[in-house]
Amino acid sequence: MIQITRRAFGATLAAGAAVAVLPRPAQALDLASAKALIDRAIAEVNTVINSGKAEQAMYKDFEAIFAKYADVNAIARSALGPASRSASAAEMKAFTRAYQGYIGRKYGRRFREFIGGRIEVVDAKPLKSYFEVISVAHLQGEAPFDLRWHVSNKSGKDLFFNIIIEGVNMLASEREEVGAMLKQNKGDINALIAALNAA
Amino acid sequence: MMRRTLISELLQNLGKPVAVAMVAASGLAACGTAVADQGINDPYEQTNRAMHSVNVGLDRALVKPTSKVYGTIVPQPVKTGVANFASNLSLPGDVVNSALQGNGEASVRNTFRFLINSTLGVGGLFDPAKDFGLAQKKTDFGETLYVWGVGEGPYLEFPGLGPSTVRDAVGTAVDFAANPVSIVLPKPESYYATASKVGSKLGDRDRYSETIDSVLYDSADSYAQTRLLYLQNRRFELGQPASSDGDDFIDPYQE
Repeated sequence: MIQITRRAFGATLAAGAAVAVLPRPAQALDLASAKALIDRAIAEVNTVINSGKAEQAMYKDFEAIFAKYADVNAIARSALGPASRSASAAEMKAFTRAYQGYIGRKYGRRFREFIGGRIEVVDAKPLKSYFEVISVAHLQGEAPFDLRWHVSNKSGKDLFFNIIIEGVNMLASEREEVGAMLKQNKGDINALIAALNAA
Repeated sequence: MMRRTLISELLQNLGKPVAVAMVAASGLAACGTAVADQGINDPYEQTNRAMHSVNVGLDRALVKPTSKVYGTIVPQPVKTGVANFASNLSLPGDVVNSALQGNGEASVRNTFRFLINSTLGVGGLFDPAKDFGLAQKKTDFGETLYVWGVGEGPYLEFPGLGPSTVRDAVGTAVDFAANPVSIVLPKPESYYATASKVGSKLGDRDRYSETIDSVLYDSADSYAQTRLLYLQNRRFELGQPASSDGDDFIDPYQE
């Protein structure tokens, strides 16, 4: 359904390019800005990896990059699933903060896999109400693999809200995981927050 | 169309991979069209979860420690050679499957890969074909079934073999039973083939150790994580277009 033919895609790109030169509101999300966002995020991640800092300090930096380039509120709400609807505003705030730190540590721990590697943005295309930025990851000693970023400006800013690694959807995986953690804590969101802070 | 129904009937019955192969061989290739699979179909979850615990136990007690030893004591060039050797021996099967999928280009490519690597690559220890621009295009009978229009079927987890689906399990069984290499190779040589395959798997377990450990040991529900990862990655591998209404495209702004 969303598979666009090569020609239609070319036409969309051309249309996108045409729109880009017209005067438009500063907030409008287009292919170029979606691509630029991911380029900047990747550059910052590489800077941290090559900084030679201690691991704990790196986790903090990764968390900051995540907070800067990702729509943490939307991701946290989606990861929490239905429970986010019954949670109070204060609980959501505490959960989101805990979740942000948890993500920084969880994915930060894997930073070694990226040492000496590079991620190259190759394309971007509109998808439903957002954009998909397509990149290729070249990691040492591995065949290049497909890495996609879903970028939206619904929050008022260009931010990514999902990453697809070789077809594996980060948000879907996070939902499954946070759902399982919530179940382990018998549905108690405060216990879940404590578990996230400890993880 | 009728044959397709027959296939699905047969697939309900895991014990009959041979019958499936026979139906397949009778020329079904032209009749089905690949359909995208969505969501999670796991009616055997209870059994699968029991198998998953067995697999985690196996990994903890045997596979992981062995792979650590393999990864530490075997020098990198040897590990690469073992992996190349194993993957070269899977090429004849890839040639057959690509042909069954009607993918002539991949079939020819895999044929040349096999010829070049078996000769210039010293029996498959090296991969010079890659330098000729013939990169590996892995496939299997599970993919062939997908191309023929067979649905994924329920999710399954097998002890020792890990995650699969009914379609992929039938594919694995057919690939195993009809592997041209094991049919042709005489006794001692076929053991080398098996040994290299084990070595190659251990090498992978060691190389992707952080990823695998994080899924198996660090997640709150490692069964659910494994299932999700397997299904999504397998569908991606098969080139299935991601469905807009499934889990593949979550739009957190429309929830």
